[in-house]
Amino acid sequence: MDKLKIIAFYSVLLAFTALYLGPFLFSISISFNADKDVFEWPIEFFPSNATVDNYIAVWEELPFSTWLFNSVFITLIQTVTNIFFSALAGFAFARLSFKGKNFIFNLLLSSLMIPGIILLVPKFIVLNEFGLINSYAGIILPGLVGITNIFLMKQFFETIPKDLDEAALIDGCSYFKMFWKIFLPISKPALAAVAIYTFQGSWNEFLWPVIVTVSEDMYTLPLGMASLRSELLTDWPLLMAGTILISLPTLAIFIYFQKYFVQGVASSGLKG
Amino acid sequence: MASIQLKNIRKVYPGAENATIAHANLDIKDKEFIVLVGPSGCGKSTLLRMIAGLEEITAGEMMIDATKVNDLSPKDRDIAFVFQNYALYPHMTVFENMAFGLKLRGTPKEKIEVAINEAAKTLNIEHLLDRRPKDMSGGQRQRVAIGRAIVRNPKVFLFDEPLSNLDASLRVQMRTEIRKLHRELATTMVYVTHDQIEAMTMGDRIVVLKDGEVMQFDTPINLFNNPQNKFVAGFIGSPSMNFLNGHIHMDGDKIQFRSEDMHFSLPSAFKDKLLPYVDKKIVYGFRPEYIYDKAHEADKQLSEDVKIKITTVEPIGSETYLYFSYLGCPDNTFCMRTSSQHAYQIGDLLTVGVDIDRLRFFDFETEERVI
Repeated sequence: MDKLKIIAFYSVLLAFTALYLGPFLFSISISFNADKDVFEWPIEFFPSNATVDNYIAVWEELPFSTWLFNSVFITLIQTVTNIFFSALAGFAFARLSFKGKNFIFNLLLSSLMIPGIILLVPKFIVLNEFGLINSYAGIILPGLVGITNIFLMKQFFETIPKDLDEAALIDGCSYFKMFWKIFLPISKPALAAVAIYTFQGSWNEFLWPVIVTVSEDMYTLPLGMASLRSELLTDWPLLMAGTILISLPTLAIFIYFQKYFVQGVASSGLKG
Repeated sequence: MASIQLKNIRKVYPGAENATIAHANLDIKDKEFIVLVGPSGCGKSTLLRMIAGLEEITAGEMMIDATKVNDLSPKDRDIAFVFQNYALYPHMTVFENMAFGLKLRGTPKEKIEVAINEAAKTLNIEHLLDRRPKDMSGGQRQRVAIGRAIVRNPKVFLFDEPLSNLDASLRVQMRTEIRKLHRELATTMVYVTHDQIEAMTMGDRIVVLKDGEVMQFDTPINLFNNPQNKFVAGFIGSPSMNFLNGHIHMDGDKIQFRSEDMHFSLPSAFKDKLLPYVDKKIVYGFRPEYIYDKAHEADKQLSEDVKIKITTVEPIGSETYLYFSYLGCPDNTFCMRTSSQHAYQIGDLLTVGVDIDRLRFFDFETEERVI
C-alpha cells in the first residue's frame, strides 16, 4: 500500500515536471533543428540534422545586439532603482513615524488590486504628454519601483530589532545614514529577492515595451523575438534559438542568487 | 563626568490612559552609580530611555551636567547606552562596531585605534576584534557592547538590563566587572534591572519604581532597613519581608498587635506612633533575617514570645529557610532565615521573637511606613 502511494506520488510529480519542463526542452530541441518545418509529423525531439546555425543566424541576421543592449540597459536601471527605492520606501514605512504613514501605505497596497492592464492607457497618455513615447525613459519610468518590492522590504525591515536603530541614533547616525550603513548591508537576502524579481520581470517584460516603442531600434529582446512571428511564415528554429538565448541570463542569475532568494522570501514575512 | 536632574518628569504615550511615568524627581550626583529597579512595566526602562533621548518627555525638565536636554537628540547628549540585546551591528566586526560612533563624529583614525585597543584591553576582548557578533557568545557580545560605550568616553553611561540574557554565573562575574569599570572610569552610570540582588550589590543609590512612581530613592542599606512603604519593604530583600494584617489594641497600659494568627505586646516606645491606629487596621512587617529562635538567641532584644510550627524546610547550604505558621492558624505561611547548623525538622514547634529594632508597621490604606 505504502509502495503504491509512493509510486502515485512520484507519478504526479513527474507529470507536473514534464508539463513545465516539456515545452522548454522542446524549445531547445527546435532551436538546434536545421529543418524549418519542425511541426511536421513525426515530430523529432532529437533532430537528425542538428545544427547551431540558428544561433549564429540570431546574431548575424537580426539586430540582436541592439535589442540585447536595450534589454540590458533597461533591466539594469530598473533593477538598481527598484532595489534602492523599494528599500528606501520600505525603511520609511517600517521605521519612520510621519503623518499619514498608514494611509499612504494602504493606498499603495490597494493599487495592487487594480489590474495592470487597466493602467496601460492612462500611462501611455501621461508619457505621450511628456513626449516620452519610443524612448528609454518611456520604457523605464513606469517600472522604477514596484509596490510589491516596497512591501517585501518593509516586511523584512520590520524583523530587524529596534535596538539597532537606537544604537545607531546614539552613535550619531542620521536616518539616511542608518539606512545606508546599517539597514542596507544587513538586508542582502531581501535585496537579492527584490533584485531577482525585478530582473526577471523587467527582462521578460513584453506588454509595456510593445505599447511604448515604435521603431525597431528601441525594441527589447522579447519584443524583437515576437516580431519574428508572422501569420504566414514563422522561422521557429530561429525564434527558439533567440528565446533560449534570452532566458539564459535570468536562469544564471537565479542559480547564482538562489540561496539569497530563498532566504529573502522566507525571512521577509517572519520574525527573527 | 556629569550630574543628572529629573524635575517633575512625566511620560504619557499617545492614546494611553495612564501615565507610564507619573512624575519623577531625581537628583543623580556626578560619578554616582544609580540603579533603577522595579517589577515589569514599572517604567524603569522608559525613564532610562528618556535620559538617553530615545523617548520624548511629555512634561518636566531633564538636565545633564546642568544643561537642559529635553530637546537634544541622543547623539548630542554625550551619553552611551548598553542594550539588553547588545544591539551590535551584525555585518561589522567588533573593531568596526566599536569604531562606528567615533568615525561618525570625525575622530582621527589613530585616536580611534588607541581608544579601541585601550577599551579592548580593559574588557579582555583584544582577541575578538576581528570577529563578527554571530561568532561570539552572549557574554563576549555584552563585553563588546560595553566596549562600544567606553570608547566614546561619554559623560553618562546608561545600561538597560545588560545582564539579563546571560547565565547566572556569568551575570555575577559581569556585575562585579561593571562595578570595577565604574570605579576605574569614575563616570555617572544609570543602570536598569528587575533583579533586586543586582540592584543591591551594584548601586550607590537605588531608585525603586512602581507603576511609574518613584517609591523610594535611597542607599541599598536604607532601602532594606528603612523602607518608606510596604512596596519597597516587600520588593527589596530575598526572601521578601513577611506581612501580617492586624490591628493595634490597648490592653490597659500595654499596646498590643493583634491578628487572627497571633498577638504580642509591643515596646512602649512605639506607643506614640501607634496610638492613632488603635482598633484600626495596620500591617505588621518582619524580615525573615530578623526572626530568631529564642532557644538559640538569648542575648538579642527580641519581641514577646510567639509559638510557631515549621511547615517546610529549605536548606540552601549556607543557611536554611524555614516556612512556618503560627500555632492554631495554619492558613498563613511566613518565612524565617536561620543558620544551617540547626537541624530543624518539619513539624518542630519553636518559640520565636523578632528583633525589636526591626519591627515594621505600615498604614493599611496608604501602605506608608508608620514605624
